[in-house]
Amino acid sequence: MKKKRDSSEILFKVFVYVALITLAITIVVPVAWVFMASIKQNSEFYGSPWTLPQGFYFQNFVDAWGKARMGEYMLNSVITTALALGLLLVVALPAAYVLSRFKFKSRKFINILFMGGLFINVNYIVVPIFLMFVDGDKLLKSLGLSGIFLNNIFVLAVVYAATALPFTIYLLSGYFATLPKAYEEAAYIDGAGYGKTMIKVIFPMAKPSIITVILFNFLSFWNEYIIAMTLLADPKGGKTLPVGLMNLMKAQNAAAQYGQMYAGLVLVMLPTLILYICVQKKLTQGMTLGGLKG
Amino acid sequence: MDRQKGRKAFIALCVSPAVILFTIFMVIPTFNVFKMSLYKWGGYSANKTFVGLKNFETLFKDMKFMQAFQNTILLIVLVSIITFALALIFAGILSREKIKGQNFFRVVFYIPNILSVVIISAIFSAIYDANNGMLNSLLSLFRGAGKEPIYWLGDQKIVIFSLAAAMIWQAIGYYMVMYMASMASIPESLYECANLEGASRIKQFFSITIPLIWTNIRTTLTFFIISSINLSFLFVKAMTSGGPDGSTEVFLSYMYKQAYTNSSYGYGMAIGVVVFLFSFALSAIVNAVTKRELLEF
Repeated sequence: MKKKRDSSEILFKVFVYVALITLAITIVVPVAWVFMASIKQNSEFYGSPWTLPQGFYFQNFVDAWGKARMGEYMLNSVITTALALGLLLVVALPAAYVLSRFKFKSRKFINILFMGGLFINVNYIVVPIFLMFVDGDKLLKSLGLSGIFLNNIFVLAVVYAATALPFTIYLLSGYFATLPKAYEEAAYIDGAGYGKTMIKVIFPMAKPSIITVILFNFLSFWNEYIIAMTLLADPKGGKTLPVGLMNLMKAQNAAAQYGQMYAGLVLVMLPTLILYICVQKKLTQGMTLGGLKG
Repeated sequence: MDRQKGRKAFIALCVSPAVILFTIFMVIPTFNVFKMSLYKWGGYSANKTFVGLKNFETLFKDMKFMQAFQNTILLIVLVSIITFALALIFAGILSREKIKGQNFFRVVFYIPNILSVVIISAIFSAIYDANNGMLNSLLSLFRGAGKEPIYWLGDQKIVIFSLAAAMIWQAIGYYMVMYMASMASIPESLYECANLEGASRIKQFFSITIPLIWTNIRTTLTFFIISSINLSFLFVKAMTSGGPDGSTEVFLSYMYKQAYTNSSYGYGMAIGVVVFLFSFALSAIVNAVTKRELLEF
């Protein structure tokens, strides 16, 4: 009897490891393959995809960076993401704090408004946003000015920050609501005003949630491409990395610049992968703490 | 009194930037989606004609929209069920079993979730490539060389399943981590008890683990619906552009196509409204069907 149980136990363990390793392989191998492909010469792409690269063909990265303008796009992405994150924090932190700790008349209404915002996906509203900017540019042109809304990475950053508000405020309010009232009372007694209390006492305590917010929004801003593609419509103008990469993918079919494209992929992927490996614990914890982003 | 005034000013100062940004970029555009769906409008011209519900009438006779409808439903069902099952099984294994390298697996499984959909699409294009793709070259080991290659992204019958596979690949890690988190809060004593009673692993999984994380499962079901609709758009946009011949067209990609390529904004927004209402209705139904008496521990 005991023996039978043991053998089925072993069988189960084998099954478990086979399943785990299979899934791990299907994830690691394709990602590693891209890194390998990025240092191959163009001629090496014909024939079996499993051949190892003959050498380190660094020219791919040089071409991607210069000829395919990935360097420029990288700079755009960095600026957009940084600006959007900065603006988001400046706007969302005080709002979340006040909405969770102060009682006032319109509070309930505003909270419901932001909760409703959680259900609005940007994919639905990207068209009206685009049209709003078209109108804005037309208006400026009729006044003899040049349009500033479309093809502008600063405007893109504002849109990113605005559309991330509901999730960010939801997550931060959840944290602020758990803090005991005593912290503020003590600060008020010491003579600190509302603003000072918020910035000097409350925000430093919220650091873990702020880091979670930054992580999630960094990933979504850095990887986003539907809004970027729509608002940076000028084919010759500036783009963000994912949009540039998508154009490269489409062009790749015609011109067969495989090496260049995979080098571009590595350029987009590397920052997120490095960040993930550094903070993976925080990220997966944060996901469960703040809940949920679909 | 002065303090009271300062308090009000402080509240206004803190809340109004967020409310203003949110109103301009989310509330008004959402309102516009509904409003524009009632107009016939080419977009760039100022010519807007109010047509009432005519856009919706056209929509339900539009065969291309119906195809997009079918494709989306197929993707929602396929991706949700397979992702759900796999994520639940892997979460169960990683949180209940003593596994060597447990942390390694958790970290690796989550990787697809941090990659941009553009990157995933590029990776899967390389996997699915008919001539030099990874999948066909692996399969040729079993099928023998020299056979006609399988067109994973070119064959109208196969392409939707290729797309579903990429979406599942992307989603498993995310849901797995979510299930693991709620499984971690189940008290160990319940399992010890079940072990003493001689309940098998599978029995424990179905009668302890699943009932106790039921609330979490219900939440994720809503997520599955909403995110399948959104992600299928992202994947289609980057991978197939709806082709070949409309066989991977989904709700939102069709909406985008009508609004931009075809410049019929009013019609596009009518699609948006239908999809919006559809996803709400489906979530509500799923929520009602899965309602159980809550078990507490």
